[in-house]
Amino acid sequence: MVATAKTSKRALQSSSMSRESGPKAIAKRLVGYVVLTFFALVFIMPFVLSAATAFKTLPDIQANPVSLVADPAFGGWTTEGIEDLNSSRVNLPRWTLNSVIVTVAVVLLRITFASLAGYALARMRFPGRGWIFALVLAVQAVPGIVLAVPRFMVMKELGIINTYVGMILPLAFDAFGIFLMKQFFEQLPRELEEAAALDGASTFGTFRFVMLPLAAPGLIALTILSTQGTWNEFLHILIARIGNPDLTTLPVGLAGLTAAFGQAQPWNTITAGALITIIPIAIVFFVFQRYFVQGTAASAIKG
Amino acid sequence: MQPGVAPAPVEPIKVAGPADPKKRKLRFRGSDRARLDQKEPWIGWIFSAPAVLGLVVFLVIPIIAAVWVSFRDWNGLTSIFDSDPVGLANYRELLIDDGVRRTDFAISLRNNFYYVAGVVPAQTILAFVIAVVLNQKFLKGKGFFRTAYYFPSITSSIAVTLIFVFLFQTNGAINQVLPIQDIDWLDNPRGLIHNFLGVLGVEDGPAFLTDNEFMGLEYWDWLAGPSVAMVAFMMLVTWTTAGTLMLIFLAGLQNISPSVEEAAIVDGAGPVQRFFRITIPLMRPTIFFVVTLGLIGTWQVFDQIYAGSGGDPRKTTLTPAYLIYVQAFTNSKAGLAGAIAVILFVIIMFFTVVNRKVIRDTGDL
Repeated sequence: MVATAKTSKRALQSSSMSRESGPKAIAKRLVGYVVLTFFALVFIMPFVLSAATAFKTLPDIQANPVSLVADPAFGGWTTEGIEDLNSSRVNLPRWTLNSVIVTVAVVLLRITFASLAGYALARMRFPGRGWIFALVLAVQAVPGIVLAVPRFMVMKELGIINTYVGMILPLAFDAFGIFLMKQFFEQLPRELEEAAALDGASTFGTFRFVMLPLAAPGLIALTILSTQGTWNEFLHILIARIGNPDLTTLPVGLAGLTAAFGQAQPWNTITAGALITIIPIAIVFFVFQRYFVQGTAASAIKG
Repeated sequence: MQPGVAPAPVEPIKVAGPADPKKRKLRFRGSDRARLDQKEPWIGWIFSAPAVLGLVVFLVIPIIAAVWVSFRDWNGLTSIFDSDPVGLANYRELLIDDGVRRTDFAISLRNNFYYVAGVVPAQTILAFVIAVVLNQKFLKGKGFFRTAYYFPSITSSIAVTLIFVFLFQTNGAINQVLPIQDIDWLDNPRGLIHNFLGVLGVEDGPAFLTDNEFMGLEYWDWLAGPSVAMVAFMMLVTWTTAGTLMLIFLAGLQNISPSVEEAAIVDGAGPVQRFFRITIPLMRPTIFFVVTLGLIGTWQVFDQIYAGSGGDPRKTTLTPAYLIYVQAFTNSKAGLAGAIAVILFVIIMFFTVVNRKVIRDTGDL
C-alpha cells in the first residue's frame, strides 16, 4: 500500500512532469537522452560519413574508412571524386536534368488532375461518383511490383516506352493525391461556394478562383510529397526508359554505378552521386517538414 | 437522383444579380444546397474525367491484364497481341516442372520469407520503442530527434543502398565500428541458421533434410535462414523504414487521452504495467496498420536488391520482385514474370489476411 501512496503523489505531479526534479527524475531524463542520441547517431552518421568520403581520395578511403577528416598523407581533401561524376561512364548533369524534367511535369500534372477530381468528389453529386471514389481507394491497395509487367505492356501498346511521356504520364495519375485533395476540399466551408455562385461565378470559376486558393495547404502538401516521391522513383522509370540511356534519371543512373565500375569501386564518386541525389529532397524536407508529417499521418488515417 | 429537377436551379444562379431581390431570396431556401450539388451532373464528370481516364489506363487495365499476361508466352519485346496463349504453362514452370526457373523461384521465396520475418518485427519494434521514448513528457528537443529519425525515410532508396554497400564493405565502417571479427557481409551466402548450427558442430544436414526437396530446393536449404548478405539488406531497410513507422506510432500515441494514463497511475499501475496493459492495447489498430504496411512493403523489396547485389551472393538475395524484373526484361520471359507477379500478389494478400486475423484474435478488444 506504500506503493499506492507514492504513485498517487506522482499522479498529482503529473501535470508538471516536465519540471520533475530529484535524482530519480534526472537519471530517467539522462537515460532518455542517451537512447535518443544513440539512435540519432545511427540514423544520421551514414550521411555524415558519406559527405566526408565524397571529398577524400580513394587510398584515403581504403585506409581510413570511418574517418570524417581527410588524411593529408593520402592527399587530403579533394574534389576528384565529384569531378568523375561528369565523365564518359557517369553523365550526372544529364541525369539531373532528366530528374528535374520528370519531377516538374509529374507534379504539375498531379496537382491539376488530383485537385479537379478531388473537388468533384468532395463537392459534387453526380451519377458514378461513388464508383469513382471506390476506384480511387481500390487502386491504392494493389502492390506496385505486381503491376510492373502489365503496365509495361500498356505503355508498349501505346508506343510510349523510351519517351518522356511514358516516364511522366503513368506517374501523373496518383490515387493518393485525389484522396488527399478530396479531404482538403471537404474541410472548406460551403458558404463560400454559395456566395460565389450568388455573385455569378461559374462552377469552374468558383473552383479555380475561390476554392483552389483556399485549398493551398493541401496543394502544397501534395506538391511536396509528389516531388519527393517522383524524384526518388526507381522501378517505373527503370522500366519506362528500358533501352535509352539518354532518359536516365538520378536514381536509375546511380543504381548502375557499382556495375559500371566493376571491381575497384570509386567510393568518393559513388557517395558524391548518392548525396547529390539526396540533397535537393533534404532541403525540401527541412523547409517543409510539417507537410511530410501531415502526409504520413493522412496515409495512416486512410488505413 | 431527380433528373427532372436538375435543370431548373441552373437558371436563377446564372442570372443572379443584386438587382433582383426576389430570386436572391429563393436561393436561400433549405433545398438550395442540394440544388447546387445537382446542377449539371456532367460537370462532376468533366472534373473527374482526366483522373479517371489515367487511373483506368495505367492502373485498372494493368490490374486486369496482370492475370491475362501470366497466361501468355510473351517475350516483352513484341506486341502482346502477337504472343500465344499457353494456359497454365508459366505457372507450371514456376511451381511444378523441374528446372532452374522453379529452383530460382523457390530460392527467391525462401529469401524473401526470411527477410519479411526479420524486417517486419524489427522495424515495428524499433519504431514503437522510439515513438514511446519520444512521447515522454519529461524530454525536450524532441523535434530535432524526430527529424533525425525520419530523415532516412524520405531519401532515395537507391542512394541509401549505395551508402550502405559502402558501409558494409569488408574493410568498411560497419566492421570498423563493430567490436567483432570482420565479416564479409555482402559476399557471404551462408544462412544464419546454418551458421548457428555450424557453431554447434552441425555442418551438414541430416539425410531426411538433404535427401528430400520441395520445388527443387532441399529441405536443408529451405531452412538455411537469411544469408549474411541478406541480413545487411534487412538492416538497411529497417533503418530506412523505421522513421515513417515511428511517425505513425507517434500520431497514434498522441491520440491516447492523458486521462487514461493518469487514471492508471492513480490506480497504482507502474510504468511497465501501464505500457503492456494500456499503451499496447490502445495502440492495437495502429500496430495492425504498421504491420500491414510492413508486410506489403517487404514482400516487394526490389530497389535495394537491384542497386546493391543483383541477387548475389549465390542467389541468396534474390527476391520474387527482382526475379520479375530479371525474367521480364533480361530473359525476355515477360509472361513468366507476370505469373510470378500474380503469385506474389496472392502471397501478399494471404499474409495481410493472416495478420488481420492474428491481431484481431489475440486482442481482448
